Amino acid sequence: MAITEDRVEETATLADLLQRVEALETQQAKQVKKKNKMTIIAWGGQLDRIWPTTILATTAAASGMEASVFFTFWGLFAIVKPGVRITGDNWMQKMMSVMNPGSAQKAKLSHYQFMGAGPAMFKKLADDQNVAKPDELIGLAKELGVKLIPCQMTMDLLGLKREDLLDGLEEPIGAATAIREMREAAIPLFI
Amino acid sequence: MSTTIITVDAKGQSCPGPLVTLAKAIKDAPDGATFELLATDPGSRSDVASWAELTGNVLESAETLPDGSFRYLIARAV
Repeated sequence: MAITEDRVEETATLADLLQRVEALETQQAKQVKKKNKMTIIAWGGQLDRIWPTTILATTAAASGMEASVFFTFWGLFAIVKPGVRITGDNWMQKMMSVMNPGSAQKAKLSHYQFMGAGPAMFKKLADDQNVAKPDELIGLAKELGVKLIPCQMTMDLLGLKREDLLDGLEEPIGAATAIREMREAAIPLFI
Repeated sequence: MSTTIITVDAKGQSCPGPLVTLAKAIKDAPDGATFELLATDPGSRSDVASWAELTGNVLESAETLPDGSFRYLIARAV
């Protein structure tokens, strides 16, 4: 009699254990697997945002990490081709492009802009100290395999076309894909 | 195993220059090579160690030379 009772208990414990293992497995399957990756949402177009963005992205790539930068809103201006001036299809988009000249070389500072004297001084200092400038870093990022991704919605909003942007970029993506990039990145940043 | 030492001169370069130059050199080099990185960027003192930790390459030695510049020996992780 005692033996049977023991058996019943044993079976119950095993079933309970199996159930718990199964629950854990289900839970684990739902967990997001992080990659050795850095994803930066480059929202700001200012020189003092684009600069750290490009330094971090190139350094991550040089450190063996996967790296991607999603250029959205003001950040998108940093990857407009240097020669491209007036863009867009209507007067509002055209006015925006005149007020915000594209390319990383034209990026303004959030402080010490001084009608362009501030950025010029920073670039002079960078040259003196042998610090790579954002436009050079963008080229280096491409060379190191950093994925540079334009935001489709911002492109539509500003009337920017694929040919207005730098060569060697990834296909434009939307917010959900940007979130997917961030979700799988061990280091997601918003700059 | 022969120990080829490849010199990477990153003197005068600022952050992240020395690491990017080193990473590029390592990518093109044969397995088992040892690298001598020369730099003047004071930030490299912490950065080279961090970079080694991130990539899995081995920082074998770090020294400050009499002229104030830095010399690092890095073994490529196979």
